[in-house]
Amino acid sequence: MIASQIRSMWLVFKHLFRRNVTVQYPEEKPYLAPRYRGRIILSRDPNGDERCVACNLCAVACPPDCISLQKTEDPDGRWRPEYFRINFSRCIMCGLCEDACPTYAIQLTPDFEMCEYDRQNMVYEKEDLLIDGPGKYHDYSFYQVAGKAIKGKDKGQANNEAEPINVKSLNL
Amino acid sequence: MNTSIWITLLNIFGVLIATVLLAAILTWGERRLLGFWQDRPGPNRVGPFGTLQVIADMIKLFFKEDFTPRFADIPVFVLAPTVVMATMLIAFAVVPMSPSIGVADLNIGLLFVLAMSSIAVYSIILGGYASNNKYALLGGLRAAAQTVSYEVFMGLSLMGVVMMSGSFNLRDIVIAQADTWFIVPQFLGFIVFFIAGIAESRRTPFDLPEAEHELTAGFHTEYSGMKFGMFFVGEYLAVILIAALITTLFLGGWHGPLLPPIIWFCLKTAFLVAIFILLRAALPRPRYDQLMKFGWKVMLPLSLVNLLATAGILLWIA
Ligand code: SF4
Ligand code: SF4
Repeated sequence: MIASQIRSMWLVFKHLFRRNVTVQYPEEKPYLAPRYRGRIILSRDPNGDERCVACNLCAVACPPDCISLQKTEDPDGRWRPEYFRINFSRCIMCGLCEDACPTYAIQLTPDFEMCEYDRQNMVYEKEDLLIDGPGKYHDYSFYQVAGKAIKGKDKGQANNEAEPINVKSLNL
Repeated sequence: MNTSIWITLLNIFGVLIATVLLAAILTWGERRLLGFWQDRPGPNRVGPFGTLQVIADMIKLFFKEDFTPRFADIPVFVLAPTVVMATMLIAFAVVPMSPSIGVADLNIGLLFVLAMSSIAVYSIILGGYASNNKYALLGGLRAAAQTVSYEVFMGLSLMGVVMMSGSFNLRDIVIAQADTWFIVPQFLGFIVFFIAGIAESRRTPFDLPEAEHELTAGFHTEYSGMKFGMFFVGEYLAVILIAALITTLFLGGWHGPLLPPIIWFCLKTAFLVAIFILLRAALPRPRYDQLMKFGWKVMLPLSLVNLLATAGILLWIA
């Protein structure tokens, strides 16, 4: 018993010569993986148009219900959120919204430094969320792979899409 | 005549200020060392290497609300923390730090120190009782039981030293160690006193009176502000006192080659304090019944064997 106590004292003493594991935070920043789940952004497709189609899937998936948005439609046929609001004081950075999103619009980023003195400032509007680039997925453009017709791209013109067939014209 | 009074006053205030300052610095030193032993830096933000942390803590303690619960026994509640600090500081008076430094030269110095460190436990019992809180009371009870059982062989383990030097005077004990430190002939006594010393100062692994996962904070659950600070400083004073006593009684006090005596004394004491902190970093806390069993069934017989063997051998030689 005594031997084991002395051994554990020796083992602890040896830690004096180990490197500290602490990251001296404000001066030193820890490495965060590119897919770290931090502050949420809304990305744009390669042409610079908003990716979000206001499908509400993220809002449904969100466990603490902190996403709120309203759909509107552009004259050119695109769907867009009229407003898009994330309440970061409730967000748990779970990433389920990113999983649910069919258009890669909503993405989590490796940034966690979002303290505020006023709780109200934790509510981010669309202007705060929207970035100018495509985020993690550079080439993806939802309307170029989806069947929805928009201005300049009719049904059947998307990538890997066949011309639509008028079922009534089939002579069976 | 005037100069001798000045020297005495200088001695008194020097020792007083040095010990209180050291206890305060130890609050930082301990956290720093614990940090290093746990692979982290410890408090390193305030001032160079975090040394001003002590001052920051003091400011915090002074400006915190000093809350006294309505249900407490107020006079006792206020008095309790002062006891531990006062007794520990008084006990330092008889510790000889070098041939010229040291406040009092009592011929019963050893008994005086033991008595003072026993009185210190009143602070904890009374603090626990006056808080009128069940956790505090349990902590106080544990402190009482622990002190009663560890005091017994703490005294007994020192009798070997007293027999070999033929004196209760700490200065004479140090002088008797000029050739061999008492740790060599009195190794058993050293071990027993070391363990009893930790138990006396209620440090981990013997900190059952304040075992935080069972008793919130034990006897000082209801204390805050500077009253809590006094318990805290009292504990560190106790650590320094026990380390200084072990140095005096077993490690030859100020004796050592080359360096001046006071430096040797400080080095030895600092080394022992570091070992106390290492113990805290490394060892888990025993269960309460294990603590008692260990005291009565292992330590007490050991100290008795040591006492008898020393007495027998001394008589044989004489
Ligand atoms: S990360 Fe989780 S909690 Fe935050 S908005 Fe997305 S789904 Fe909601
Ligand atoms: S962010 Fe994605 S999931 Fe959410 S509404 Fe927009 S498109 Fe749908």
